[in-house]
Amino acid sequence: MRQTRAIELGTGLFVLLGFAALFFLTTQITNREFGLGDDGYRLTAAFEQVGGLKPGAPVSMSGVTIGRIESITYDFKEYRARVTLRIEKSFDRIPDDSDASILTAGLLGGQYLGIGPGSSETFFKDGDQIQFTQSAIVLENLISKFLFSKAAEGQPAAEPAKESTP
Amino acid sequence: MTAPVIRELVESVRGSLQTLGAYTLFAGRVARDTPRALLRFSLVIEQVYNSGALSLVITMLSGLFVGMVLGLQGFDLLERFGSEESLGSVAALGLLKELGPVITALLFAGRAGTALASELGLMRATDQLAAMEMMAVDPVRRVVVPRFLGGVISMPLLAAIFSLIGLFGAQLVGVQIMGVDPGQFWSQMRGAVEFEDVMQGALKSVVFGVACSLVAVYEGYHSVPTAEGVGRATTRTVVVSSVSVLLLDYMLTAVML
Repeated sequence: MRQTRAIELGTGLFVLLGFAALFFLTTQITNREFGLGDDGYRLTAAFEQVGGLKPGAPVSMSGVTIGRIESITYDFKEYRARVTLRIEKSFDRIPDDSDASILTAGLLGGQYLGIGPGSSETFFKDGDQIQFTQSAIVLENLISKFLFSKAAEGQPAAEPAKESTP
Repeated sequence: MTAPVIRELVESVRGSLQTLGAYTLFAGRVARDTPRALLRFSLVIEQVYNSGALSLVITMLSGLFVGMVLGLQGFDLLERFGSEESLGSVAALGLLKELGPVITALLFAGRAGTALASELGLMRATDQLAAMEMMAVDPVRRVVVPRFLGGVISMPLLAAIFSLIGLFGAQLVGVQIMGVDPGQFWSQMRGAVEFEDVMQGALKSVVFGVACSLVAVYEGYHSVPTAEGVGRATTRTVVVSSVSVLLLDYMLTAVML
Protein backbone atom coordinates (compact mmCIF):
# COMPACT_ATOMS: atom_id res chain seq x y z
CA MET A 1 0.00 0.00 0.00
CA ARG A 2 2.80 2.36 0.92
CA GLN A 3 4.50 1.49 -2.33
CA THR A 4 1.44 2.27 -4.47
CA ARG A 5 1.10 5.59 -2.74
CA ALA A 6 4.72 6.46 -3.53
CA ILE A 7 4.16 5.48 -7.14
CA GLU A 8 1.01 7.55 -7.35
CA LEU A 9 2.74 10.52 -5.79
CA GLY A 10 5.71 10.26 -8.14
CA THR A 11 3.47 9.86 -11.18
CA GLY A 12 1.30 12.76 -10.10
CA LEU A 13 4.33 14.96 -9.65
CA PHE A 14 5.72 13.95 -13.03
CA VAL A 15 2.46 14.53 -14.89
CA LEU A 16 1.92 17.85 -13.15
CA LEU A 17 5.43 18.97 -13.98
CA GLY A 18 5.02 17.88 -17.59
CA PHE A 19 1.77 19.72 -18.11
CA ALA A 20 3.08 22.78 -16.29
CA ALA A 21 6.06 22.82 -18.66
CA LEU A 22 3.79 22.42 -21.69
CA PHE A 23 1.50 25.16 -20.43
CA PHE A 24 4.41 27.49 -19.80
CA LEU A 25 5.83 26.83 -23.25
CA THR A 26 2.53 27.46 -25.02
CA THR A 27 1.51 30.57 -23.12
CA GLN A 28 4.69 32.31 -22.03
CA ILE A 29 7.13 31.62 -24.83
CA THR A 30 4.86 32.09 -27.83
CA ASN A 31 3.49 35.38 -29.05
CA ARG A 32 -0.02 34.06 -29.28
CA GLU A 33 -2.52 36.04 -27.31
CA PHE A 34 -5.24 33.84 -25.98
CA GLY A 35 -8.73 35.19 -25.78
CA LEU A 36 -8.25 37.66 -28.62
CA GLY A 37 -10.19 35.35 -30.91
CA ASP A 38 -12.71 37.00 -33.16
CA ASP A 39 -12.90 40.23 -31.24
CA GLY A 40 -12.07 43.55 -32.75
CA TYR A 41 -12.61 44.98 -36.23
CA ARG A 42 -10.99 44.73 -39.63
CA LEU A 43 -9.35 47.41 -41.71
CA THR A 44 -7.75 47.10 -45.12
CA ALA A 45 -4.89 48.95 -46.73
CA ALA A 46 -3.35 48.76 -50.19
CA PHE A 47 0.41 48.86 -50.67
CA GLU A 48 2.69 49.04 -53.69
CA GLN A 49 5.19 46.84 -51.90
CA VAL A 50 4.70 44.80 -48.75
CA GLY A 51 8.27 43.51 -48.57
CA GLY A 52 8.64 40.86 -45.87
CA LEU A 53 5.38 41.60 -44.06
CA LYS A 54 3.66 38.37 -43.00
CA PRO A 55 0.23 37.48 -41.62
CA GLY A 56 0.43 37.52 -37.82
CA ALA A 57 2.83 40.46 -37.74
CA PRO A 58 1.93 43.15 -35.21
CA VAL A 59 0.12 46.38 -36.02
CA SER A 60 1.44 49.07 -33.78
CA MET A 61 0.73 52.66 -32.93
CA SER A 62 3.58 54.53 -31.26
CA GLY A 63 5.08 51.13 -30.45
CA VAL A 64 1.96 49.77 -28.76
CA THR A 65 0.62 46.62 -30.39
CA ILE A 66 -3.02 47.26 -31.22
CA GLY A 67 -3.68 44.35 -33.56
CA ARG A 68 -2.25 41.89 -36.04
CA ILE A 69 -2.04 41.39 -39.80
CA GLU A 70 -4.75 38.94 -40.76
CA SER A 71 -4.09 38.32 -44.43
CA ILE A 72 -2.16 39.64 -47.41
CA THR A 73 -3.58 39.15 -50.90
CA TYR A 74 -3.04 40.66 -54.31
CA ASP A 75 -5.73 42.98 -55.64
CA PHE A 76 -5.99 42.75 -59.42
CA LYS A 77 -8.26 45.81 -59.66
CA GLU A 78 -5.70 48.16 -58.22
CA TYR A 79 -2.66 46.04 -58.99
CA ARG A 80 -1.47 46.45 -55.45
CA ALA A 81 -1.11 44.24 -52.41
CA ARG A 82 -4.14 44.29 -50.13
CA VAL A 83 -3.42 43.86 -46.43
CA THR A 84 -6.20 43.07 -43.99
CA LEU A 85 -5.55 43.96 -40.38
CA ARG A 86 -7.49 43.06 -37.29
CA ILE A 87 -7.50 45.75 -34.64
CA GLU A 88 -8.40 44.94 -31.05
CA LYS A 89 -11.77 46.13 -29.90
CA SER A 90 -10.45 48.48 -27.25
CA PHE A 91 -8.56 50.57 -29.82
CA ASP A 92 -11.67 51.98 -31.51
CA ARG A 93 -10.68 55.62 -31.75
CA ILE A 94 -8.23 55.68 -34.63
CA PRO A 95 -8.87 58.78 -36.79
CA ASP A 96 -9.97 57.82 -40.30
CA ASP A 97 -7.25 59.89 -41.94
CA SER A 98 -4.48 57.94 -40.19
CA ASP A 99 -1.67 56.57 -42.30
CA ALA A 100 -0.19 53.08 -42.39
CA SER A 101 3.43 52.33 -43.15
CA ILE A 102 5.44 49.13 -43.22
CA LEU A 103 8.40 49.39 -40.88
CA THR A 104 11.20 47.13 -39.78
CA ALA A 105 11.99 46.40 -36.15
CA GLY A 106 15.74 46.78 -35.88
CA LEU A 107 18.21 45.84 -38.55
CA LEU A 108 17.46 42.13 -38.54
CA GLY A 109 14.01 42.24 -36.99
CA GLY A 110 10.75 41.34 -38.63
CA GLN A 111 8.52 43.84 -40.39
CA TYR A 112 5.41 45.30 -38.84
CA LEU A 113 2.72 47.77 -39.71
CA GLY A 114 2.91 51.15 -38.01
CA ILE A 115 -0.12 53.41 -37.84
CA GLY A 116 0.37 57.14 -37.46
CA PRO A 117 -2.76 58.85 -36.15
CA GLY A 118 -4.33 61.56 -38.27
CA SER A 119 -6.35 64.52 -37.02
CA SER A 120 -9.85 63.64 -38.20
CA GLU A 121 -12.79 63.80 -35.80
CA THR A 122 -14.29 60.61 -37.18
CA PHE A 123 -12.88 57.19 -36.47
CA PHE A 124 -12.29 54.02 -38.47
CA LYS A 125 -15.11 51.47 -38.50
CA ASP A 126 -15.10 47.79 -39.38
CA GLY A 127 -14.25 47.26 -43.06
CA ASP A 128 -12.80 50.71 -43.72
CA GLN A 129 -9.78 51.21 -45.91
CA ILE A 130 -6.72 53.15 -44.83
CA GLN A 131 -6.15 55.68 -47.62
CA PHE A 132 -2.65 56.89 -46.86
CA THR A 133 -0.10 54.13 -47.05
CA GLN A 134 3.62 53.97 -47.33
CA SER A 135 5.21 50.87 -48.78
CA ALA A 136 7.96 48.79 -47.36
CA ILE A 137 11.42 50.04 -48.15
CA VAL A 138 13.28 47.65 -50.38
CA LEU A 139 16.96 47.94 -49.64
CA GLU A 140 18.04 47.38 -53.25
CA ASN A 141 15.86 50.25 -54.49
CA LEU A 142 17.21 52.48 -51.76
CA ILE A 143 20.80 51.70 -52.68
CA SER A 144 20.22 52.17 -56.41
CA LYS A 145 18.40 55.46 -55.76
CA PHE A 146 21.31 56.61 -53.65
CA LEU A 147 23.85 55.61 -56.28
CA PHE A 148 21.93 57.28 -59.10
CA SER A 149 21.51 60.48 -57.15
CA LYS A 150 25.24 60.46 -56.39
CA ALA A 151 25.97 59.98 -60.07
CA ALA A 152 23.53 62.73 -60.99
CA GLU A 153 25.30 65.17 -58.69
CA GLY A 154 28.34 65.00 -60.94
CA GLN A 155 26.39 66.14 -64.01
CA PRO A 156 25.50 69.84 -64.15
CA ALA A 157 21.96 69.89 -65.58
CA ALA A 158 20.77 66.52 -64.37
CA GLU A 159 17.27 66.16 -63.05
CA PRO A 160 17.13 65.49 -59.32
CA ALA A 161 16.30 61.87 -58.49
CA LYS A 162 12.57 61.51 -58.69
CA GLU A 163 10.87 60.72 -55.40
CA SER A 164 8.33 57.93 -55.69
CA THR A 165 4.82 58.87 -54.68
CA PRO A 166 4.09 57.85 -51.13
CA MET B 1 30.64 -18.47 -56.45
CA THR B 2 27.90 -15.87 -56.88
CA ALA B 3 24.97 -18.13 -56.09
CA PRO B 4 25.49 -18.27 -52.28
CA VAL B 5 25.91 -14.49 -52.17
CA ILE B 6 22.65 -13.94 -53.98
CA ARG B 7 20.91 -16.49 -51.83
CA GLU B 8 22.17 -14.75 -48.74
CA LEU B 9 21.03 -11.41 -50.07
CA VAL B 10 17.55 -12.73 -50.84
CA GLU B 11 17.52 -14.31 -47.41
CA SER B 12 18.38 -11.07 -45.65
CA VAL B 13 15.84 -9.05 -47.64
CA ARG B 14 13.24 -11.65 -46.76
CA GLY B 15 14.30 -11.40 -43.12
CA SER B 16 13.92 -7.61 -43.02
CA LEU B 17 10.55 -7.80 -44.74
CA GLN B 18 9.46 -10.37 -42.24
CA THR B 19 10.58 -8.19 -39.32
CA LEU B 20 8.73 -5.21 -40.80
CA GLY B 21 5.60 -7.27 -41.20
CA ALA B 22 5.87 -8.64 -37.67
CA TYR B 23 6.26 -5.10 -36.34
CA THR B 24 3.18 -3.94 -38.23
CA LEU B 25 1.08 -6.86 -37.06
CA PHE B 26 2.23 -6.35 -33.48
CA ALA B 27 1.43 -2.63 -33.73
CA GLY B 28 -2.03 -3.54 -34.95
CA ARG B 29 -2.51 -5.91 -32.04
CA VAL B 30 -1.37 -3.27 -29.56
CA ALA B 31 -3.65 -0.66 -31.17
CA ARG B 32 -6.61 -3.05 -31.04
CA ASP B 33 -6.15 -3.65 -27.33
CA THR B 34 -5.49 -0.02 -26.46
CA PRO B 35 -9.14 1.00 -25.75
CA ARG B 36 -9.55 -1.91 -23.33
CA ALA B 37 -6.30 -1.08 -21.57
CA LEU B 38 -7.48 2.49 -21.12
CA LEU B 39 -10.36 1.13 -19.06
CA ARG B 40 -7.88 -0.33 -16.58
CA PHE B 41 -6.03 2.89 -16.27
CA SER B 42 -4.26 2.08 -13.01
CA LEU B 43 -1.99 -0.30 -14.92
CA VAL B 44 -1.11 2.50 -17.34
CA ILE B 45 -0.41 4.91 -14.50
CA GLU B 46 2.03 2.45 -13.00
CA GLN B 47 3.89 2.42 -16.30
CA VAL B 48 3.82 6.20 -16.58
CA TYR B 49 5.65 6.11 -13.29
CA ASN B 50 8.14 3.51 -14.52
CA SER B 51 9.02 5.08 -17.82
CA GLY B 52 8.17 8.72 -17.13
CA ALA B 53 8.72 9.67 -13.53
CA LEU B 54 11.85 7.55 -13.22
CA SER B 55 13.33 9.16 -16.35
CA LEU B 56 12.71 12.61 -14.95
CA VAL B 57 16.09 13.21 -13.34
CA ILE B 58 18.18 12.16 -16.34
CA THR B 59 15.93 14.18 -18.66
CA MET B 60 16.17 17.32 -16.56
CA LEU B 61 19.90 17.03 -16.10
CA SER B 62 20.48 16.49 -19.82
CA GLY B 63 18.11 19.32 -20.67
CA LEU B 64 20.01 21.69 -18.44
CA PHE B 65 23.35 20.88 -20.01
CA VAL B 66 22.05 20.85 -23.58
CA GLY B 67 20.51 24.25 -22.95
CA MET B 68 23.73 25.58 -21.45
CA VAL B 69 25.79 24.35 -24.40
CA LEU B 70 23.23 25.89 -26.73
CA GLY B 71 23.68 29.14 -24.83
CA LEU B 72 27.45 29.05 -25.24
CA GLN B 73 27.51 27.94 -28.86
CA GLY B 74 24.61 30.15 -29.88
CA PHE B 75 26.23 33.15 -28.24
CA ASP B 76 29.57 32.50 -29.92
CA LEU B 77 27.90 32.11 -33.33
CA LEU B 78 25.52 35.06 -33.04
CA GLU B 79 28.17 37.36 -31.67
CA ARG B 80 29.97 37.09 -35.01
CA PHE B 81 26.95 38.67 -36.67
CA GLY B 82 26.47 41.15 -33.88
CA SER B 83 23.03 39.82 -33.05
CA GLU B 84 23.52 38.03 -29.75
CA GLU B 85 20.09 39.29 -28.63
CA SER B 86 18.57 36.65 -30.89
CA LEU B 87 19.99 33.97 -28.61
CA GLY B 88 16.60 33.57 -26.95
CA SER B 89 14.78 32.80 -30.17
CA VAL B 90 17.55 30.53 -31.44
CA ALA B 91 17.62 28.54 -28.21
CA ALA B 92 13.84 28.34 -27.93
CA LEU B 93 13.24 27.25 -31.52
CA GLY B 94 16.13 24.80 -31.44
CA LEU B 95 14.97 23.23 -28.22
CA LEU B 96 11.26 23.15 -28.94
CA LYS B 97 11.41 21.86 -32.49
CA GLU B 98 14.51 19.68 -32.62
CA LEU B 99 16.64 19.06 -29.57
CA GLY B 100 13.83 18.64 -27.05
CA PRO B 101 11.89 15.88 -28.82
CA VAL B 102 14.93 14.11 -30.32
CA ILE B 103 17.27 14.03 -27.33
CA THR B 104 14.42 13.15 -25.01
CA ALA B 105 13.53 10.26 -27.30
CA LEU B 106 17.14 9.04 -27.38
CA LEU B 107 17.38 9.27 -23.60
CA PHE B 108 14.03 7.55 -23.31
CA ALA B 109 15.23 4.70 -25.50
CA GLY B 110 18.28 4.31 -23.30
CA ARG B 111 16.60 4.71 -19.94
CA ALA B 112 13.03 3.47 -20.24
CA GLY B 113 13.16 1.47 -23.49
CA THR B 114 15.86 -0.87 -22.25
CA ALA B 115 14.06 -1.35 -18.94
CA LEU B 116 10.86 -2.28 -20.77
CA ALA B 117 12.60 -4.64 -23.16
CA SER B 118 14.58 -6.46 -20.49
CA GLU B 119 11.56 -6.71 -18.21
CA LEU B 120 9.43 -8.25 -20.94
CA GLY B 121 12.33 -10.39 -22.11
CA LEU B 122 12.82 -11.76 -18.64
CA MET B 123 9.10 -12.42 -18.34
CA ARG B 124 9.37 -14.39 -21.55
CA ALA B 125 12.49 -16.24 -20.39
CA THR B 126 10.95 -17.20 -17.06
CA ASP B 127 7.72 -18.33 -18.74
CA GLN B 128 5.60 -15.71 -17.00
CA LEU B 129 3.99 -14.76 -20.30
CA ALA B 130 3.22 -18.39 -21.05
CA ALA B 131 1.74 -18.77 -17.56
CA MET B 132 -0.58 -15.85 -18.22
CA GLU B 133 -1.77 -17.45 -21.42
CA MET B 134 -2.44 -20.63 -19.47
CA MET B 135 -4.68 -18.65 -17.15
CA ALA B 136 -6.50 -17.19 -20.16
CA VAL B 137 -5.03 -13.76 -19.52
CA ASP B 138 -3.89 -12.12 -22.72
CA PRO B 139 -0.32 -11.00 -21.99
CA VAL B 140 -0.46 -8.35 -24.72
CA ARG B 141 -3.48 -6.76 -23.12
CA ARG B 142 -2.34 -7.18 -19.53
CA VAL B 143 1.41 -6.51 -19.82
CA VAL B 144 2.40 -5.06 -23.19
CA VAL B 145 -0.27 -2.43 -23.89
CA PRO B 146 -0.05 -0.64 -20.51
CA ARG B 147 3.72 -0.38 -20.94
CA PHE B 148 3.30 0.94 -24.46
CA LEU B 149 0.73 3.52 -23.39
CA GLY B 150 2.81 4.57 -20.41
CA GLY B 151 5.66 5.39 -22.78
CA VAL B 152 3.42 7.24 -25.21
CA ILE B 153 1.99 9.39 -22.42
CA SER B 154 5.36 10.06 -20.82
CA MET B 155 7.30 11.14 -23.89
CA PRO B 156 5.64 14.49 -24.69
CA LEU B 157 5.67 15.45 -21.03
CA LEU B 158 9.35 14.59 -20.73
CA ALA B 159 10.11 16.53 -23.91
CA ALA B 160 8.27 19.60 -22.61
CA ILE B 161 10.20 19.44 -19.35
CA PHE B 162 13.44 18.99 -21.27
CA SER B 163 12.77 22.04 -23.45
CA LEU B 164 11.79 24.21 -20.52
CA ILE B 165 14.81 23.29 -18.43
CA GLY B 166 17.01 23.70 -21.51
CA LEU B 167 15.61 27.16 -22.03
CA PHE B 168 16.51 28.10 -18.49
CA GLY B 169 19.97 26.61 -19.05
CA ALA B 170 20.42 28.75 -22.15
CA GLN B 171 19.18 31.76 -20.23
CA LEU B 172 21.57 30.98 -17.40
CA VAL B 173 24.59 30.94 -19.69
CA GLY B 174 23.47 33.61 -22.14
CA VAL B 175 22.14 36.17 -19.70
CA GLN B 176 23.98 35.50 -16.45
CA ILE B 177 27.41 34.59 -17.80
CA MET B 178 27.65 36.04 -21.30
CA GLY B 179 25.71 39.19 -20.56
CA VAL B 180 22.88 39.15 -23.10
CA ASP B 181 20.21 41.60 -22.09
CA PRO B 182 17.47 39.59 -20.31
CA GLY B 183 14.66 41.70 -21.72
CA GLN B 184 15.95 41.22 -25.26
CA PHE B 185 16.42 37.51 -24.63
CA TRP B 186 12.81 36.90 -23.63
CA SER B 187 11.16 39.39 -25.95
CA GLN B 188 13.03 38.17 -29.04
CA MET B 189 12.07 34.65 -28.03
CA ARG B 190 8.42 35.56 -27.73
CA GLY B 191 8.50 37.38 -31.01
CA ALA B 192 9.99 34.45 -32.87
CA VAL B 193 8.20 31.45 -31.40
CA GLU B 194 4.73 30.71 -32.70
CA PHE B 195 2.15 28.48 -31.10
CA GLU B 196 2.58 26.13 -34.06
CA ASP B 197 6.25 25.65 -33.19
CA VAL B 198 5.36 24.33 -29.75
CA MET B 199 2.72 22.07 -31.24
CA GLN B 200 5.15 20.75 -33.87
CA GLY B 201 7.55 19.78 -31.12
CA ALA B 202 4.76 18.14 -29.13
CA LEU B 203 3.56 16.22 -32.19
CA LYS B 204 7.09 15.02 -32.86
CA SER B 205 7.51 13.77 -29.34
CA VAL B 206 4.19 11.91 -29.48
CA VAL B 207 5.33 10.16 -32.66
CA PHE B 208 8.70 9.37 -31.08
CA GLY B 209 6.90 8.08 -28.00
CA VAL B 210 4.88 5.68 -30.11
CA ALA B 211 7.98 4.54 -32.01
CA CYS B 212 10.27 4.04 -29.00
CA SER B 213 7.63 2.31 -26.88
CA LEU B 214 6.58 0.05 -29.71
CA VAL B 215 10.16 -0.97 -30.43
CA ALA B 216 10.83 -1.66 -26.75
CA VAL B 217 7.77 -3.81 -26.17
CA TYR B 218 8.17 -5.61 -29.48
CA GLU B 219 11.80 -6.51 -28.89
CA GLY B 220 11.12 -7.54 -25.30
CA TYR B 221 8.05 -9.57 -26.14
CA HIS B 222 9.71 -11.37 -29.02
CA SER B 223 13.08 -11.93 -27.37
CA VAL B 224 14.71 -15.34 -27.44
CA PRO B 225 14.03 -16.80 -23.98
CA THR B 226 17.64 -17.07 -22.88
CA ALA B 227 19.99 -14.77 -20.96
CA GLU B 228 21.70 -13.93 -24.21
CA GLY B 229 18.40 -13.31 -25.95
CA VAL B 230 17.32 -10.79 -23.33
CA GLY B 231 20.62 -8.96 -23.69
CA ARG B 232 20.27 -8.91 -27.45
CA ALA B 233 16.70 -7.61 -27.20
CA THR B 234 17.89 -4.74 -25.03
CA THR B 235 20.65 -3.82 -27.45
CA ARG B 236 18.33 -4.01 -30.43
CA THR B 237 15.85 -1.76 -28.62
CA VAL B 238 18.39 1.02 -28.30
CA VAL B 239 19.71 0.63 -31.83
CA VAL B 240 16.36 0.34 -33.57
CA SER B 241 14.67 3.11 -31.61
CA SER B 242 17.57 5.54 -32.00
CA VAL B 243 17.77 5.01 -35.74
CA SER B 244 14.02 5.17 -36.23
CA VAL B 245 13.76 8.34 -34.12
CA LEU B 246 16.36 10.10 -36.25
CA LEU B 247 14.78 8.83 -39.45
CA LEU B 248 11.28 9.84 -38.35
CA ASP B 249 12.64 13.20 -37.25
CA TYR B 250 13.90 13.94 -40.73
CA MET B 251 10.64 12.89 -42.33
CA LEU B 252 8.47 14.82 -39.86
CA THR B 253 10.59 17.94 -40.23
CA ALA B 254 10.45 17.74 -44.01
CA VAL B 255 6.66 17.37 -43.90
CA MET B 256 5.97 20.07 -41.34
CA LEU B 257 8.34 22.83 -42.41
